Amino acid sequence: MAFAAFATTEAQPQAPRKRSRIALLLLLPGILYLVLFFLTPLISLLLTSLQAPSEFGDIGMYDYAFNWQNYVDVVNAYWPHILRSFGYALAATVLALVISYPIAYFIGVKARRRPLLQSLLLVLVIAPFFISFLLRTLAWKQILSDESIIITSLKALSLLAPDAYFTGTPFAVIFGLTYNFIPFMTLPLYTTLERLDTRYLEAGSDLYANPVTVFRKVTIPLSMPGIVAGTLLTFIPAAGDYVNASRDFLGGPDTQMMGNVIEANFLVLLNYPAAAALSIILMAAILVLVGVYVKRSGTEDLL
Amino acid sequence: MSGREFAERGADLELVGIQKRFPGFTAIEELDLTIPAGSFFALLGPSGCGKTTTLRLVAGLEEPTQGRILIGGRDVTDTKAHQRPVNTVFQSYALFPHMSIIENVAFGLKRRRMDDPMGKAHEALKLVELDHLAQRRPAQLSGGQQQRVALARAIVNRPALLLLDEPLGALDLKLRRQMQLELKTIQEEVGLTFLHVTHDQEEAMTMADTVAVMNKGAIEQMGAPEELYELPRTAFVANFLGKSNLFTGDVVGTTSEALSVDVAGHRITVPVARAQRHQGLVTVGVRPEKVALHLEAPDAASTRNVLGPGRVIDVSFAGVSTEYIVAVPGAGTLSVFAQNVGFGPVAHEGDEVWVSWQVEHGFGLADEPEESDRFPADDDTRSIAVQRREALISELEGS
Repeated sequence: MAFAAFATTEAQPQAPRKRSRIALLLLLPGILYLVLFFLTPLISLLLTSLQAPSEFGDIGMYDYAFNWQNYVDVVNAYWPHILRSFGYALAATVLALVISYPIAYFIGVKARRRPLLQSLLLVLVIAPFFISFLLRTLAWKQILSDESIIITSLKALSLLAPDAYFTGTPFAVIFGLTYNFIPFMTLPLYTTLERLDTRYLEAGSDLYANPVTVFRKVTIPLSMPGIVAGTLLTFIPAAGDYVNASRDFLGGPDTQMMGNVIEANFLVLLNYPAAAALSIILMAAILVLVGVYVKRSGTEDLL
Repeated sequence: MSGREFAERGADLELVGIQKRFPGFTAIEELDLTIPAGSFFALLGPSGCGKTTTLRLVAGLEEPTQGRILIGGRDVTDTKAHQRPVNTVFQSYALFPHMSIIENVAFGLKRRRMDDPMGKAHEALKLVELDHLAQRRPAQLSGGQQQRVALARAIVNRPALLLLDEPLGALDLKLRRQMQLELKTIQEEVGLTFLHVTHDQEEAMTMADTVAVMNKGAIEQMGAPEELYELPRTAFVANFLGKSNLFTGDVVGTTSEALSVDVAGHRITVPVARAQRHQGLVTVGVRPEKVALHLEAPDAASTRNVLGPGRVIDVSFAGVSTEYIVAVPGAGTLSVFAQNVGFGPVAHEGDEVWVSWQVEHGFGLADEPEESDRFPADDDTRSIAVQRREALISELEGS
């Protein structure tokens, strides 16, 4: 009896321990990868952001220190860029959502009975990915440039003022961000809407809700996981984007975002601590915003 | 929408010349149906007979190809689902997963801007004895509880017409019986018109005042459950609603009261009043529980039909009763239900037996005899499964 009791109490914890060892082994490559390529650079970035200029050094020479002043300096110098980054990213995210939702709804719900049409439309959504992101943005620069057919014909038709221009304006940057991140919004929305049980919509209309109310009270809440995933996948990279806002692409001197300032500090001004501090601020701000957003959208039990 | 007031009581439903075609097939051929206000009406039929389509047409979730739908005398054919004074208890319940139970129940009331939706919702939940779970999510409830929430969510709106789409299909037998009684009680309490769609004949008969048996997009027969059971008019009804022993033969003699049919040398008499066709080739039948089993040849009597001798080919003991399958040469096989008044079965496989039943229990069917089969209908799910299995076995043996 006593032995039997020992056997059961000892055998039980052994089994999970064995399993956890295998799990650990399987996790090891991933953990190593993250330590090497994520944690190490992150710590290095954090240390760089606190560096102070070398006392007798050249431009671009810094010593390790705890120079918290760097953060205050970059916020004072670049607060318009910080606000602009989040403003543009927000605008692009909202636009992408408004454009993507009907597309995703059509592919996922209306085209459900026609698999061929569904696949074709999905391919069309993904098709731009087959061409480089930079090439596509450059193409848009051509299309929106002052000498392009579209702009000249719009001007010829007096639909546009003779001195109007697009490239270098906030409009062009937000347009570029929206265009480039639309597939990231459409695909998660599609996967959620594809699984949307239309019987809930029928139940809604059976309970006296008109189509608008059904959409507001049933469709939107049920597609919340897709909306949250899509907006995060759009907002996070858009806030850190430096291609669309760059002067070489769709932006101008007045449309510089955080990414452009970080690039300039790293590569042109050689002010590594400022660039690192800006990067840390960008990362922290996104983390906080995303955390609040996920919490507020209440999708924990739907995700 | 018919205003912001509750329906005082149920309204009557009238379907006039309804036809529904889907691309590729016709779900409903031609349907005329009137359901009186305040009644519990069951639409009974096998899957694919068009009963759920009928319900969806009434709810406004489908549009009829032809015909009119009138609720309480008002033509609602062209109105949308949310404008009709109708609520549905869906087969899948369709409780909104992102809302709590109480929010689910109050949903319809809020849409109609009723006063005190939450109070009314709590009352409805009390009626189904689930008020203590008001703050839970649907996923946290058992199937039976979800079913009751779905019912509360529908009846809280006091619709003129409540549609039930096989709402008890997913419950286990015991819970289903309990819910049947509860539904019936609630219907009597609130006085609404209930239209219940089901493929469970026992459910239809225990709950409804009127049952309509539907087959292939048309109503075969309609009436009170006992009327339908005791006097089926077609072979489909005779076999879908319980079991029947059917025999086909020529009418050989008619008196003012009785009709004699010759079935392969056996003479079967049926009351004229209970027969739909009075000449030529006809199908007559009797319910298995009306048939008595004899171990010795019974005395011939003009009030009883006697068949035999035959052999018992199968005995299945079901506790309260025993079902004997008896093969009578020429007349085919008969099913006999006998109460277990003694201990166990009275006859065994291979025994020689006679069967008899009172003439007044027989019935004559309206079908053309070519259509009606002398064997149990092969269009219910179980016999389709049996056929499939037999086909598979023969295929396996062949290879």
